[in-house]
Amino acid sequence: MTRPPALEARSLCVEIDGARLLHDVDFAAHAGRVHALIGPNGAGKSTLLAALSGDLPAASGEVRLGDAPLAGRSPKALARERAVLTQDHRVSFPFPVREVVAMGRHPWARSPEAERDDAIVDDALAVTDVSHLAHRTVPSLSGGERARVALARVLAQRTPVLMLDEPTAALDLKHQEDVLRLARTHAQRGDTVLVVLHDLNLAAAYADDITLLRGGRVVATGSPAEVLTAERIEAVYGQAVEVLPHPSTGVPLVLPIR
Amino acid sequence: MSGARTGTGTVETGASGAGTNRTPLDTVTAPPSGRVTLRTRRTLLFTGLALGLVVAAVVAAGTGQLAIPPGEVWASILRGLGLSNAPETVPNADSALWNIRFPRVAMAVLIGAALAVAGTVMQAIFANPLAEPGVVGVSSGAALGAASAIVFGWTAAGDLVTAGAAFVAGLLTTLLVYFTSRAGGRTEVVTLLLTGIAINAFAGGALAFLTFLGDSGSREEIVFWQLGSLNGARWQEVAVMLPLIAVAITGALLLGRTLDLFSLGERGARHLGVRVEAVRITSIVLVAILVCSAVAFAGIIGFVGLIVPHLMRMAIGPAHRPLLIASALGGALLLLLADLAARTLVPMAELPIGMLTSLIGGPFFFWLLLRTRRRSGGWG
Repeated sequence: MTRPPALEARSLCVEIDGARLLHDVDFAAHAGRVHALIGPNGAGKSTLLAALSGDLPAASGEVRLGDAPLAGRSPKALARERAVLTQDHRVSFPFPVREVVAMGRHPWARSPEAERDDAIVDDALAVTDVSHLAHRTVPSLSGGERARVALARVLAQRTPVLMLDEPTAALDLKHQEDVLRLARTHAQRGDTVLVVLHDLNLAAAYADDITLLRGGRVVATGSPAEVLTAERIEAVYGQAVEVLPHPSTGVPLVLPIR
Repeated sequence: MSGARTGTGTVETGASGAGTNRTPLDTVTAPPSGRVTLRTRRTLLFTGLALGLVVAAVVAAGTGQLAIPPGEVWASILRGLGLSNAPETVPNADSALWNIRFPRVAMAVLIGAALAVAGTVMQAIFANPLAEPGVVGVSSGAALGAASAIVFGWTAAGDLVTAGAAFVAGLLTTLLVYFTSRAGGRTEVVTLLLTGIAINAFAGGALAFLTFLGDSGSREEIVFWQLGSLNGARWQEVAVMLPLIAVAITGALLLGRTLDLFSLGERGARHLGVRVEAVRITSIVLVAILVCSAVAFAGIIGFVGLIVPHLMRMAIGPAHRPLLIASALGGALLLLLADLAARTLVPMAELPIGMLTSLIGGPFFFWLLLRTRRRSGGWG
């Protein structure tokens, strides 16, 4: 790949309260691709996502967004570059769904882009299948519905880089597939999509690239077929698995040996 | 219903229509039905509160030992503004109104608005409906400053020293609460409330000590600070308070849209481009100015900042710009009525207004807790 990565970490170390959570992480996500971050609990997936989004400072090394260092950019400039779906989908006060999704337009207030606010919000509500909830208040929704509303808000931000931390965690089967199809659509339009996933089969099916983390270090990075080998998964997760190619698509299928 | 008049044939658009295909750009101006009724509700509430405020102000000004009918109160206002020269129909009406009642009404309106707006801002930045200046100890810190001025005789230096001491102590307390309840760049709500308990406990003890130290005159004054009262309000005090409160409320309104984003949590707000720390410290200073202006002249009047924003949120939803306007109006109205009750409930005596608001506010707070626990399991 000749183009510089849209999002990159170089020898990134991150510390919280003196504990080193990421060790010399090198990472690159490219425009037009879905990049999945996988790894066991506590591997540092969310920490890496937080560092890449600018929430956590680098103890050493650096994060680059759009081939320029991320540190020192204003929150507003960042908000026009990248949108982040965190695992916390709560909204403290009873805002209607539509108003919450419209909050995603905040970075574009008083810019020419703001003219399209209403259309963009409607579109985000539609693609995440929450249009019918537009006038309900967020605290009255189920966990899965709230997660989709949060995703709608993130999509309404219309940024070239999307960072999604476990977007499928609270969702049913169909909505899990919907969300990842959406991620693919955005990648096809040229966006950079970074997604933290627990389900290795979802990662294998939808990601172009996978980075596997353990203990705050990168274990492997590459295509799903390269990263998801039975030996490596067993070594990292401590669970014996079988990896089979899907009979028609060839996508790796990860099956725990029970 | 007025909803029918304002609805422009957009019933049930937004939601269902957008489900299957993308909304074309030319429908941008057609608001979904829900927003029209919300706008109507806001207009109704603003108008109702404003009218209620005017009526309550006229009635409150006319009520007291010297009863003055509303018509005469109105005439006196016009006379005072030089818009009329009709003679007084009630002897001494002008003097009673302009020297005693009007400054008191003005003070009730200002303080009510200030406390309610302070509560709204505080709840917004801590993303929690339980955050209230009194609960976190700001008011008692300010009262401690006032009591120190009274007991140590700093008041000899001038009339406004007590108010100034309350102001400074309140501001310092606010900053203390803010910085001690933060850890690793975050403010934990539980820590915040516990800090409030600690501050209230300390201020209570210190106030008791000052009461013990002071002579009987000082004791009476300290009791005034603790119970709160608008008795003896003067134009001079209103003139000090007005610019502070006006500036702080304007500042809060300018933050309105940004405060909405805090309901997504600190990270969520930052991801949308908010300078979280800057907004937070600005808000804290605004809260301190509002609360300290109020406490400096009227003592501790608790729970206005808790009750009013909550009721207004139930009526018009949580969007902060309209909510702040409604809270200012509602707080002014509530305190005006509470003051009217404080000076008329018991004949020939004046109840402390802070006592009244606490008697109503305490149970309200409790109800709020129970309701929140039922709905979402409370706060972890």
